[in-house]
Amino acid sequence: MLDQLESRARLAAARLPSSALHWAVRAVHEESEQLSVRDDVAEAPSRALDDGAMVTVIDGGQGYAATSDLSEAGLAAAFAHAHALARAGAGRTVVDHAQVERSSARGRYASQVERTVTTSSLPERLGWLREVCAAAGGDGRIVDRHATLWNVRSQQLHISSDGGHTEQEWEFTTPSVTATAHAGGVTQIRSSGGQYNGFCQQGGIEVLERAGFRQHEGPRVAREVLELVGAAACPSERMDVILMPDQMTLQIHESIGHPLELDRILGDERNFAGTSFVTLEMFGHYQYGSALLNVSHDPGHAHEFASFGFDDEGTPAERAMLIEAGRLMRPLGGTLSQGRARALGFELGAVATTRSAGWNRAPIDRMSNLNVEPGDQTLAQMIEATELGIVMHTNCSWSIDDSRNKFQFGCEYAQMVRGGRLAEVVRNPNYRGISATFWRSLVGVGRADTVVVGGTPFCGKGEPSQVIRVGHASPPCRFANVDVFGGAA
Amino acid sequence: MSLGDTGTYLGPAAFAALADALLGTDASVDRTSLYLRAEDSDFLRFNHAALRQATHVQQAYLTLTVERGKRRAESTLALSGEPGADAERLRQERALLIGQLDLIADDPFLPASPPAARSQRDDRGSLPAAEEVIALVHGRAGLQLKQDLVGFYAAGPVAHAFADSLGSHHWHRVETFNFEWCLYHRGDKAVKTTYAGTHWDAAEFAARLDEAAARVPLLERSARKLEPGRYRAVFSPAAMGELLGTLGWSGFGLKSRRTGTSSLMRLERGEAALAEGFHLDENFAQGTAPAFTAQGDLRPPRIALIDAGRLPAGGGTLNSPRSAAEYKVAANGVDSHEAPEALRLQAGALAEADLLRALDTGLYVSNLWYLNYSDRAACRITGMTRFACFWVEGGELVAPLEVMRFDDDAFRLFGPGLLGLSDTPVFTPHSDTYGARQLGSVTTPAALVEGFALTL
Repeated sequence: MLDQLESRARLAAARLPSSALHWAVRAVHEESEQLSVRDDVAEAPSRALDDGAMVTVIDGGQGYAATSDLSEAGLAAAFAHAHALARAGAGRTVVDHAQVERSSARGRYASQVERTVTTSSLPERLGWLREVCAAAGGDGRIVDRHATLWNVRSQQLHISSDGGHTEQEWEFTTPSVTATAHAGGVTQIRSSGGQYNGFCQQGGIEVLERAGFRQHEGPRVAREVLELVGAAACPSERMDVILMPDQMTLQIHESIGHPLELDRILGDERNFAGTSFVTLEMFGHYQYGSALLNVSHDPGHAHEFASFGFDDEGTPAERAMLIEAGRLMRPLGGTLSQGRARALGFELGAVATTRSAGWNRAPIDRMSNLNVEPGDQTLAQMIEATELGIVMHTNCSWSIDDSRNKFQFGCEYAQMVRGGRLAEVVRNPNYRGISATFWRSLVGVGRADTVVVGGTPFCGKGEPSQVIRVGHASPPCRFANVDVFGGAA
Repeated sequence: MSLGDTGTYLGPAAFAALADALLGTDASVDRTSLYLRAEDSDFLRFNHAALRQATHVQQAYLTLTVERGKRRAESTLALSGEPGADAERLRQERALLIGQLDLIADDPFLPASPPAARSQRDDRGSLPAAEEVIALVHGRAGLQLKQDLVGFYAAGPVAHAFADSLGSHHWHRVETFNFEWCLYHRGDKAVKTTYAGTHWDAAEFAARLDEAAARVPLLERSARKLEPGRYRAVFSPAAMGELLGTLGWSGFGLKSRRTGTSSLMRLERGEAALAEGFHLDENFAQGTAPAFTAQGDLRPPRIALIDAGRLPAGGGTLNSPRSAAEYKVAANGVDSHEAPEALRLQAGALAEADLLRALDTGLYVSNLWYLNYSDRAACRITGMTRFACFWVEGGELVAPLEVMRFDDDAFRLFGPGLLGLSDTPVFTPHSDTYGARQLGSVTTPAALVEGFALTL
């Protein structure tokens, strides 16, 4: 689909005036399918085919223009729009774009895919969902069951006047099953990977197998939702908290990932997504967490949702540590943000992670694969070390202030720990804290064989708004003396 | 550069051509439908009163649906803008979808097709060139007023259209702008302002900028840090919009009510009621949202959601056609997500000018942020204060507040806790731009409440 685009783009770019310092084109072709079976009834299958390109021009300022018209004339019109915006911004921009370093990398990236979802038929895929949906039932207290499968295959070409040429190809697969139960005036929801997320990884049919989707997820959510409707409310007191990987995803995302976005630190998001309690001065010495906390930006992590070879400005992606032994080392920021920080006197050594939600949005600093590195404990050891505590699974409520500091998160399912042993299941578990101090209470980190590779398809940020895929791989982690509370019902 | 009909599908002719090409008689299906969403947008981001990003987006997406008996399949395609090529791609996609109908099972809840209907709205606005906005912000906010402005301007035409093979044809085009900006004093302390509409007036924008700049010095005072506890508070219309929007997240959908996952189940079961002065409806009659849904259903002018604090006779639910078929009730012209798009809370009797005097001592909450349910079944909502919230004493703004987390029961807050609503409802168009510019809105007065629970 994108193989003919480069020649058309170069012809269109040739019409730019000679004053244009730089141009680039990022073209996207994406095919997706969403399938859903609810209460054993298959809903209408939904496909999507998306094609378009974003062009960038630097001439005085910088302008972007996106179009779904990929003809030479369409691309030329987009270049004209972008050029006009670049000129309108000359002398009025937050940074001198002429001084910003740009990559001219060339290369390819492709997701590791064993069996693309397209090797199965539509009836097969709907059959899998019927199986899982049925397996999530079997009890009159279960009043709603829902199994879904979302598959996206995406191709991206980025070329630039500097000679940059990168081609990337991904397949993303997200299976999910959710059950709702009602008994004794209590309604509870349990899901396989979050009501808004699912278990999301790069890959094809093998993602379903890694999730255990057809093997055990239906019966598990059915069993656990029934446990929840019969459970007592979560108690309200301070105790140790063990967050399982599917809740660590949210904890990492909100209170490490977003605060470390360099454009947020530079103030770009203050009108919408917010600012950050992290400042430029903190990098290199600020103690973000306990010595057990090690956080990596790892765009090469096999299967993880936001793995890529190059960011959306064509800069090669490399693994880097953002937090080492609790110390804050570097932010999440691409070349433009790094240049802006440099102009302010800060050489931060950030990472290439400037990304966009699609062809119709300009790239900004995002999380990609942001992971907590494994420690040396088994889950059993963490539980044994806990006199009074709670093990929480799967996020269902999230809220944090605009500086990414005061947070409150709720989970679907939790189990108390008493005297070093797992005890009763409780419903509506919540906890709250402050990012700046919460990570310093980290007292246990699961070892490598406890790590789960997760993430979310729905990270929102930016003006205009962009929902983007991010990955979070993490072991379970134990935090000491956390403010835990239950619901009102 | 000026905004015009650069996008082919922003005019009715190209869509009509697609309809002619795709909606002819075909015995292999009972119905084919087309739903178009197109826009031609300027997006301008500012930071420190300088341009951060300037983007022009021309996009058009068409959802093609085929139905036969109790089976449906659909596909959404980005259109290139060349009607002949687009029609050919859509024909190929339609053939693929018709093939899928043989592979899927009947959906017993597939709703009947709506009766054929036609509608047309084509409102032309008056929008500035992007260059004008860039120059105005940089010149007035930056050079002249020396303000730390961070904000976002989104503008341009948006078209939605629907047509089906049974004779329905709807066209909706509006031209809007929405400029939200903050003037920052320091840290997280800012005055937030919105200027939105259909006819841009540079003098009006400048006046709002000047007015906001005049309020920034109020933020110079030392911020007050509150202890967790319960407080008397005034919520601005912006803060009320956040709270009502959260109620709309599962609260009113028919499916969420029937599966027991709605946040308003206590209201449904008669276990709780809101204040008698609380009248909430979905009001499509005003605003810029289309009068039809993606499935071609006509929206009614009004759907009562809460009357005098209780559910109205109709149940106060938003019933998509599929849920309506499943639960055997009448559909009422909403999309499949069953979320409100034009909430309106009826005004009260408190004079706008007397709000702070009526508050006397407590919080003036200008903005709330990042709301979510901490206990959906109990309708307990958590979130943060944001921007220019103030401590008030004797009806006077005394000091800005450090941001605080709240966690409160909405039935208490808008039940016995609701002391009054202001007499001046404010219409606020949605500024959401996820995927596309949204056309919804919320209309609400300010509110005076007792016992607002701050927790952290």
